[in-house]
Parts: sequence; structure tokens; C-alpha cells
Amino acid sequence: MKQTKDSGTKDFLVSEVLLHSSDTLPPETSRKLAEIRRDKPSVPIIYVATGSAAIIAGSDATAKAAKQYLEEMGMRGEVVRTGCHGPAAFEPLFCVHLPGKNKLFFRNITEDKVEPLLNGVFHNDMPLEDLVAQSGSYGFEAWHEIPFMEEVPFFRLQKRVVLGNCGCYDPESIEEYIARGGYRAFLKTIRNYTHEEVCDIVERSGLRGRSGGGFLTGLKWKYALNSASDSRYLICNAKESDPGSYADRSVLEGDPHRLIEGICIASYAIGASTAIIYLKTGSPHPLARLRKALEAAADYGITGHNILSSGFNLEILIREEAGAFVCGEETALIASLEGKRGMPELKPPYPTTSGLYGKPTVINNVETLMNVSLIMSHGPEWFRSMGTEGSKGTKLFSLGGRGRYTGLIEVEMGTTFRTITEGIADGIRDGKAFKTLQIGGPSGTFITEKNLDLPVDFDVLRANGIAMGSGGLIIIDETTCLVDFVRFYMEFIHRESCGKCIPCREGTGRMLEILENVVRKPLNEDSNSTLERFKGVMQLETIASVMKDTSLCGLGQTAPNPFISALDNYREEFEEHIFDRRCRANVCRGLRTFSIDVEKCTGCTVCAAKCPVNAIYGTRLQPFFIVEDKCIGCGVCYDVCKFSAVTVK
Amino acid sequence: MNKIEEILSRYREGSHESLIPILQDVQEAEGYLTESAIVRIGSFLRMSTTKIYGLATFYDRFRFIPAGKVHMRICNGTTCFINGSSAVVTAVRETLGIDPGQTTRDGRFSYELTACQGGCNEGPVVCTGENYHTRVRPEDVPELVSKLKVLADLK
Repeated sequence: MKQTKDSGTKDFLVSEVLLHSSDTLPPETSRKLAEIRRDKPSVPIIYVATGSAAIIAGSDATAKAAKQYLEEMGMRGEVVRTGCHGPAAFEPLFCVHLPGKNKLFFRNITEDKVEPLLNGVFHNDMPLEDLVAQSGSYGFEAWHEIPFMEEVPFFRLQKRVVLGNCGCYDPESIEEYIARGGYRAFLKTIRNYTHEEVCDIVERSGLRGRSGGGFLTGLKWKYALNSASDSRYLICNAKESDPGSYADRSVLEGDPHRLIEGICIASYAIGASTAIIYLKTGSPHPLARLRKALEAAADYGITGHNILSSGFNLEILIREEAGAFVCGEETALIASLEGKRGMPELKPPYPTTSGLYGKPTVINNVETLMNVSLIMSHGPEWFRSMGTEGSKGTKLFSLGGRGRYTGLIEVEMGTTFRTITEGIADGIRDGKAFKTLQIGGPSGTFITEKNLDLPVDFDVLRANGIAMGSGGLIIIDETTCLVDFVRFYMEFIHRESCGKCIPCREGTGRMLEILENVVRKPLNEDSNSTLERFKGVMQLETIASVMKDTSLCGLGQTAPNPFISALDNYREEFEEHIFDRRCRANVCRGLRTFSIDVEKCTGCTVCAAKCPVNAIYGTRLQPFFIVEDKCIGCGVCYDVCKFSAVTVK
Repeated sequence: MNKIEEILSRYREGSHESLIPILQDVQEAEGYLTESAIVRIGSFLRMSTTKIYGLATFYDRFRFIPAGKVHMRICNGTTCFINGSSAVVTAVRETLGIDPGQTTRDGRFSYELTACQGGCNEGPVVCTGENYHTRVRPEDVPELVSKLKVLADLK
């Protein structure tokens, strides 16, 4: 029975919606689509966010508990697992849509909270403390005295275009995506435009590559299209190497079909019949979602041979990366796909002339491709209406770090970083002071307090020596030591350096060594190590500039960026470490000195028992003391002392 | 060995570009790359085993010893680092006595460091299979390990 209903829906969606000749659909079809979209539900519908962030917070159990509740109460209703809305602090985000009423959003609904919450909602005893907002449209009854989604600062300051579908529908259902207008842009494209026209439209829209370079996407496509060849390839780079970013993965989980549609259009534009999604490994969820979405698309005839009788063929493959940071670089990525070590090659020739297997290849980032179907359906002028003079559209950021509200955000180009840190993130958590904003991961730079008023704009940022990066944005507060932070990035790059060129392979190692020397406690200050430390710091700047000039690929060229930027803007923090041997954030283990306050110490012996190097001496019930020469600064005594008698300097 | 033959039957003989997917499939089926599997893949793809070994060691994902019954994935993404993941890693290293990528002698535990897993608000995050342990502090590690030991013995 179910089988026939499903194939009936499929036939309807393909013949009446996708293959419908005009742009406007007849009212009967629209009514049916609204039903698939659950626009006007007749039973309560519960939406549970199940992106990576939500799953970590426990949304899987929440969804199960909600389903169980409905069954036990004998209620008719539906539990829908959606992608992520973005606010990580609210996860698991829980939404209840009662018939005829606006949707209600609740925050942090873990498994145990489901029953009391639903009891409250159904018996008109609203649990206000968990409530975030309501959201609705014309024709629904609004709840009294509950703020609207658009009024919550986290959402108000964003412009959700690429994320428009994320969190609103079940990403595993192609039916819902088509009912939301999906795949019609692709059909319109292959029916009405030639390859050149598509490239033209995207170029006119001003869409620039979102992986950091900011090259005009339409122009890149043209280069590939104009390189004479019997076959071409499109690669979607979903590698997302930045260790602090998960933006691409979240949109891919939340709206996989829009990505597939973008890939279809891009492949058509450059005349590629094979597209490859180069996917980050590690987390099983995005892979499973994407596989399901691709199967559904093939089943609907949207990919494959002679797509919906248009004469265009496209095969989309998923290739998982094998774990190498450098494979985010275009030529290294291609080498890895060809079954070689992922080592970068010298450019030119650029991949658009000679890429995968020597054929013209276009490599686009997930976010770039997510924009493509929107441009094709709304037109380039619509896209140009958003953003600034040189940067059009919106930008996704994976906002992390110490902000009060972090998560996946999307802002219009031209929004200032102050709006992001002070508006969307609503300042720093735990009442700490803001220190700096880090953009672009291990190859990025710092945005200082005085630069916070800069807009999100490729050209303005570049003029200020800041690279846009691929979407990592980390808010850093006073509890983080920048020297240690820079060392963390350098350690990462050193581990991930492919080893092909000397400046990067050796330079990162030397820089890491010197930085470690700065944060480590020397055995004694008289020996050579003190001199080495002073000398090292002078050498750091030279090494950094040599690496920048002579490394083969972007990884090595940008590796010293965090260091250079930190030194330029926070030089005093480095000098404190080197000369005063002091870490103002109290993070660097080697530089901390501990002492015991004689007044407060009760002689309970806990610290002496826990000290790993037996550096604490004393008699029971008498004040203890720490032998500084033996102390390794691990801080165990500080953590275990119940009387706050251990002080750190 | 049957598993490997089954995997190889999905690929074209001598196609060098399928090396990484083959290795990934073999690792998924067997848990790690055995010497015999690498030799067999070499004869199938007509490549020398040193080349395959050289490639496999280049990428982080491939293992040459079996993973522990409980495999911990500790997030060392930027946000988790800011929230103190390196202290957690040190605590795990001291409790288990092994480095990332190694397996304990009793075969119970192994662990690796990963990039951001997406749970930035709940960090530091430690993932074991389907379970996520959030806001892990270094002092929680011994208790977590002894809890996981029970789990490992059930497997």
C-alpha cells in the first residue's frame, strides 16, 4: 500500500511539478505541494533538529522520546527530524506546531524534558523558561506575549538565504525539497539556457568562491568550458580542513538536495558528465545523509543518463578523503583523487585547463554551490541586491569559541564583525572580557577590537591584510593565551605539512620548536636556553617571511599568518612570555608558579598526595609549602584544594 | 580473506585511482590494514607494496594495528582547544598510557584526535561510537575510562 502511495507521489512530483512547462503551477498542484510541505497541519507536528551539533547534545534520544510520547498518549501526530537551525547553545532545538497556531521553539530539550514539555504544551501550561520564540506566517493564530523568531537577536541580525531550508524540513525527503521549489531551477537551466549562458548568469550575479580565494565563480566555469577537451569534471570540495569549522558539514546535513542541485547546474554549465563530492571523513552522519539524497535524486531521474529527457547525462560520486589537511588545496585534492599522495603541484597549469586525469576540472566549495540554484531561480539581479559593491550575497560562518551564543550563522556581506560578536553572539560568556576574533583557521589572522568595525567583504578585508578564509570564526576571550593559541595552530600545521617543500616542512617545525621554548619552563635561567629563547624570537619573524615567500602551496605560504598577525597586534603578550616569564591568561603550564597561602592552608594533605612530582612538603594539620624547583606547574594542587589556599602567579 | 576478494571484485583490476577507496573499504571491513591485505591489493592493482604502504602512511585515517574495543575520538578542534581539550588529551594519555593512534596492550582502548566535531557549545567533546561525552574535564577522565572499561569487556 505504502509502495503505491510513494510511487504515486513520485509520478506526481516529476510529471506535474518538475516537468511542468510554465513557471506558475496550477492551484490544484500548489495545494498538493502545500500538503507535502505540512503548511497547514491537521495534527500536531514536532520538529527536532538532528544536525551534528544537536546529535552531540542528545537530539537523537529527544526525537525518540517525542515519538514514544505521542504513541503512549494515543495521539495522532508526527515527529520530523530536520537539519540544524544554527544556534548551538539552544540544541537540542525542539519545535512544536499545533494545528492553526504558530510554531513554537524550545531550547535544550533533552530526553528527560520531553514529557513535561509536551504535557505543558498540550494542556495549556506553557513551560516559559525553555521557550525561545514563535514563528509563523499569515493565517496562523499567534501566541500571546511570546517573541517572534525574527526578534531574537541571534536570528534578527542574520540573513538566512543559503540556510533558508535548514531546519525547516526533513533533509532525507526529496519530496519535501521538491515541494519547496527544489530542482526546478535545474530543470529551468537545462531547458532554457546554453552552457555559456549559465556561466554568464552566474558571472553577472557576482558570486565569488567561498573557500577563501574569492575568485568569480562564473569566470572560473568559463575557463573550464573554453578549454578544449572531450570530458570535464566538477569537484565539490566538502573537505573543510579548518579544524575549528563545521559550516559546510552543517549545511550539507541540513539541506543536501540543494547542494546536489547546485552540483547539477554547475556540471551542466561546464559540460561535465561526472561530478565528485570530496567529503570529509570522521563523522558518519553527513555521509549517510548525502548517500540517501543521491539515491533519491537518481531514483527521480534528476541525475543519471538522459536526465528527464533533456539529453544531459550526469553521474555524481562521493569520495571520502583519507585524512590529510593539505588535500583541501586544489592540486593536492586532485592528486588524492587520482590515488596518489596528496601533495600539491606547482600552478599553473590551473585545474581549469588541466585537472583530474589531465582534464579541465572545476573545484567549488559547498557554500558556493549552495548559492547556485538560488541564483538560477531568482535571477542574478536578486543576488546582486544583497551585499556590498565587490562582494555579493551572504556569507556563512561557523561561529565558535567563547561567545554566549555560537553556532552556524549566515550574514549579509557588509555586516560588521562587531554585529557578529556583540549582536549575534551577544558578547562573551561567563562575563569575561573580549580579547580578539580569529578568522580563517590555521591560515587566518586575528581581528582586533579596533578592526571589529570592518565589514565582511573580500576586498576591504584584503586591503587590511585579513583573509576571509572558508568560514571559521573563533571568539577569543581573556582566558585564552595567544602564544599558546598560535602554538596550537603551528603544531597542527606542522603535523599536516605534506613534506614536499623545505620551507614548509622545516619552517613549521622550527617555528613550533621556538614557540614551545617560549611557553616551557627552562631547567634554569642561567644556561644557554635563555639566550636561545631570545634569539629564537628574533628568528621567528625571519622564518615566517621566508616561508611566506618560498613555500610551494597555500598551506605553507599562509602557515605563519596567525603568528605574524598575533605578533603585530599583541606583541606585549609575547614579550611578557619571553622576558617576564609570565602568562597573563594563566594558561601556559610552564610559566605558572604556585604557592600556598599559610593563612588558609589547613594541612589536609590532599595536595601533597595528588602532586605528581612530590613537590609539596609539610606536616599534617600544619601549613604545607611548595618547592618551586621541583614544581612542574601542572596545577593539580590548585584544582584539588578545597580551601583556595593554593594561589597561582 | 573472502572479505577482501569481495571488495576487490567491485573495482577494476590495475586501476591505480581506486587505491584509496579500496584501502578505505578494507579498513572498514577489517578494522585495520593487514600486511596480507596490502600484498593482495598490490597484486590486484599491479603496484608495489612499498608504494601502497607509502601512500597509506601519508594519510591519517589508515591504521596498521587493530583499534581498541572502545575507540575514543577526542575533539581537538579550535573551540574545544580553547575550552581545554589539550588537558583532557594529557589526562587520557596518562590514564591509558598510550599515544593517539596506538592501542592498549589489553586491546580495550585506542584513541585519536579529531578536528571540530560540531559540538562547540558542549566542548571538550569525546566521542565513543554513537555516544558523546560532553564538557569533559581532565579530572573526569579516570572515571570515564573505568566506565568505558566495563563497556569494552561486554564487547
